[in-house]
Amino acid sequence: MKFVNEMRLEFISCSSNESFARVSVSAFVSQLDPTIAELSDIKTAVSEAVTNCIVHAYNQDFGIIYISVKIFENGHIVIKIRDKGCGISNVGQAMQPLFTTGGEERSGLGFAVMKSFMDDVKVTSKPNKGTMVTLEKNIIRRTIKARN
Amino acid sequence: MGVKITQEDIKCTVLLEGDIDHHNARFMRQSIDDYISKNHPKVLCLDFSRIKFMDSSGIGLIMGRFKFIKLLGGELEVVGASNSIKKIIKLSGLESLGIIKK
Repeated sequence: MKFVNEMRLEFISCSSNESFARVSVSAFVSQLDPTIAELSDIKTAVSEAVTNCIVHAYNQDFGIIYISVKIFENGHIVIKIRDKGCGISNVGQAMQPLFTTGGEERSGLGFAVMKSFMDDVKVTSKPNKGTMVTLEKNIIRRTIKARN
Repeated sequence: MGVKITQEDIKCTVLLEGDIDHHNARFMRQSIDDYISKNHPKVLCLDFSRIKFMDSSGIGLIMGRFKFIKLLGGELEVVGASNSIKKIIKLSGLESLGIIKK
């Protein structure tokens, strides 16, 4: 299926950009007229993925975080969040709830939140090359919601 | 974004404001820990009623304060969580600690 709209963002892995990233994605997705709950889910999932880039991928360094969002005709959205950081050697382990290498104040729930709040989550990663997280969600248009 | 701390008798209430993400959680954690290490309240109440957004950094914030206040012999309460915050709390399993009040 062809996408009907797309946006791309690039910004440095500065923790103050976590809110910039989630608010920007949510502003772009708003054209689909999502519910508050759907928007909140998307903002949370984006925040988790971007935080992973900052805390893990680039750790103490600064690097570039790339986000693209595509909107498809049927209200399907695909958000890609990519970094060129350290990569994840064991993606399966990283996605386990409560697993973290981020120290005591990190809950280890990032991927669990993404999985629970989005319809689909895919992670591809190469050590020392970077990681790409793909988040997908179907936004049901409110006109259709009202009919059902 | 902010942390407003008030103490009434043995209970310390922390009114959190704004968004809780990895960036803001650091400042909130420091403010709360500074206060409780100086004042040793018996009850630490985290009020989320003015939090508009929270990701899993908020779970780390709650878990960390729970461990710290327990170490000091106190209790933790979490109040005012919105439905979207409750959704993450539920996912984290924090409900089983019995600290989530209305």
